[in-house]
Amino acid sequence: MSHLVIAPLLLPLLAGTALILLRGSDTVVRRGLSIAASLALVGVAIALFLQVANGDVMVYRLGDWPAPFGIVLVADRLAAVMLLITAVLAACVVLYAVRGGDHAGRYFHVLFQMLLFGLNGAFLTGDLFNLFVFFEVLLIASYGLLLHGGGRERTRAGLHYVVLNLVGSTLFLFAVGTLYGVLGTLNMADLAQRMSSVPPENLGLVRAAGMLLFVVFALKAALAPLYLWLPGAYGHTSAPVAAMFAIMTKVGAYAILRVHSLMFGPDAGPLAGLFDPWLLPLALLTVVAGTVGVLASRRLAQQAAYLVVISAGTLLTAFGMGGADAFAAGLYYLAHTTFAAAALFLLADVLFKARGTTQDRLVAGPNLPRGELLAGLFLFIALAVSGMPPLSGFIGKWLILQASLGEPGMPWVLGVLLVSSLLVIMALARSGTRLFFKIDEDTVASAPPRLGDLGPMLALAIASLGLVIYAGPLYEFGHAAAVQLVQPGGYLSAVLQPAAGGMPE
Amino acid sequence: MEALIAIVIGVLTACGVYLALRGRTFPVVLGLTMMSYAVNLFLFVMGRLAIGTPPIIREGASYADPLPQALVLTAIVISFGMTAFVVILALRARAELGNDHVDGEETTS
Repeated sequence: MSHLVIAPLLLPLLAGTALILLRGSDTVVRRGLSIAASLALVGVAIALFLQVANGDVMVYRLGDWPAPFGIVLVADRLAAVMLLITAVLAACVVLYAVRGGDHAGRYFHVLFQMLLFGLNGAFLTGDLFNLFVFFEVLLIASYGLLLHGGGRERTRAGLHYVVLNLVGSTLFLFAVGTLYGVLGTLNMADLAQRMSSVPPENLGLVRAAGMLLFVVFALKAALAPLYLWLPGAYGHTSAPVAAMFAIMTKVGAYAILRVHSLMFGPDAGPLAGLFDPWLLPLALLTVVAGTVGVLASRRLAQQAAYLVVISAGTLLTAFGMGGADAFAAGLYYLAHTTFAAAALFLLADVLFKARGTTQDRLVAGPNLPRGELLAGLFLFIALAVSGMPPLSGFIGKWLILQASLGEPGMPWVLGVLLVSSLLVIMALARSGTRLFFKIDEDTVASAPPRLGDLGPMLALAIASLGLVIYAGPLYEFGHAAAVQLVQPGGYLSAVLQPAAGGMPE
Repeated sequence: MEALIAIVIGVLTACGVYLALRGRTFPVVLGLTMMSYAVNLFLFVMGRLAIGTPPIIREGASYADPLPQALVLTAIVISFGMTAFVVILALRARAELGNDHVDGEETTS
C-alpha cells in the first residue's frame, strides 16, 4: 500500500498547522512556507498522476481496515487529474497572493492550505460521509477566505454564501442518513454494489436521498437555479480568493460525476440514470442565465463571476450528456476553464489597482501605463474564455459540441452553447474596448502594475497554451479517465478486495 | 417511539426552515441551529432505535449500531463550529451594514 495517496492530504494539513504555529513570525517565513508547500503539492500531484496513468486504481486504507468497514482514499485517473489541476492553480494563486493580497488578514495562508486540504480530500475520498466532512473542511476555509479583507459588500455576500452552504450541509446529512438507514453502508463502492438490489419498497427513499445529494452538489456547482449566490460571492471577494474559487464549483461538478457514475450508473437497476432528466436541461439553463449576467455586468470581476457560471453550465452540459466521449470533453474543458477563469480574476484585480478611481468598472477610464501589455493579456484571456480558436477554450467547446452530435439533446446543446459563445465574445469585446480604448481625460491612473504581479497570470496563460499544444495526449488521458468512470468495475474491485491480512476478528 | 421521534424531527425541521427564511440574521441563525438539531437526531436514529443493547457484535446477541453515533458526533462538532462562525459573522454584518437584515438594507413594509 503506497502512502503517496495520502500525501496530498497530509502536506497542506501539516503546512497549515505549521503556519498557525508560526503566526507570530516574519511574513517572509510564512509566505515562503506557503509557497513551498504549494509547489511541493504540484510535485506530489504529478507523482500520483504518473502512478495512476496506466489505469491502476490506488486504494489507501486508513488504519489498514478493509473496506467497507474502514475509511478508504481512492486515487483513480479522475481524482489524479483533479488534484493536478488544483495544485497548479494553487501554486499560481499563492504566488499572486504573496504580492500583497495576503496582507489584509493574518491567517490567509493557513486558510489557503486548509482549503487545499479540503479540496484534495474531497477528490480522493471513497466514502460518502468523508465527502461531507471534506466539503465542510473546504467550506470553513472558504468562509474565512471569502471574508478576507472585510468590507460592506464582502460581508453581505459572505453572509448569503455561508447561510446557503449551511442549509446545503444539512441536506447533505439528511441524504447520507437516509442512504445509511436503507443500505447500511457509506462506502461509495459498497453503495454502488447494493444499488441494484434495493428492495422495491425502499426505492423511493433511495431516490429521495439521491436527489437530495444532487441538490447539494448542484448548489456547490452553481447549477441553475442555485447559482444566485455565486456572482455576489465571487465578484466581491479578494482576487486571489476568487481565482482559487475557480476550482470550487468544479468540486460540485466532480461530486455529481463521481456519485452519478458510481451509484446511479447503468448497473443500478431501477435507479440507473437518476440525475439524467435534470442535469442537461438545468445545465443549459445555467449557461443562458450566466450569459445574461455577462451581458449585464458593470464590473470586470462581476463579469468574470458570471463567466464562471457559464463555465459551470457548459461543464455540466458535457457531464449531463453521459458517455465516455462527453465526459472526456468535459474533463478537458474543466482544466481549461479553471485556469482561464482564475487568470481573468487576477487580471481584473490588476486593472482594479491600476485604473485609479474607475477601478474595474466597465467605463471609460484613464490612459493606462503599460496599457498594451494589459490589453494583450486581456485579449489572450478573453479569447480563451470565450472559446475562440486557437486557444484551449475553442478545443474544449469543440469537443463538447462533437460529443453532443447524435445525442437526443443535440439541437439544444448546439444552439445554447453557440449563441452563448457569440454573446460572450460581444460582451468581452465591449469590456475590452471600454477598459483599454476609451479614455476619460478627467480620471487619473494609479501606479503602473508591477511586472511581478503579471507572472502568475502568465503562468496560467502558459498552462492554457500547454492544453492546446498537448491537446491530443490530454484528451486521450481524459478519455481513459472517462472509460474508467463509465465502467466502474476496476474501481469497485480495487476498493472492495479483501486486505492481505484478512478480516479483523 | 419511532413515530414520536419522527414527529419531533419533522417539527424541528419545519421550524428551522421557517426561521431560516426570515429576514433578520438572528432568526436565520436560530433556524440553522434547529435544522442541525433535526439532522443530528435523524442521523442518530438511522441506526434504528434500540434500548439496552451493547454496540458490539456478539454471537446471538442483538446489538446497537455504533456507526451513526460516531457520525452524529462528527456532525455535532461541525455544526457547533459553524453556528459559532455564523453568529460572529452575523454580528459583524450588523456592525458593518448598520442593521441586522440579511440583505443589509431595511425593506419598507
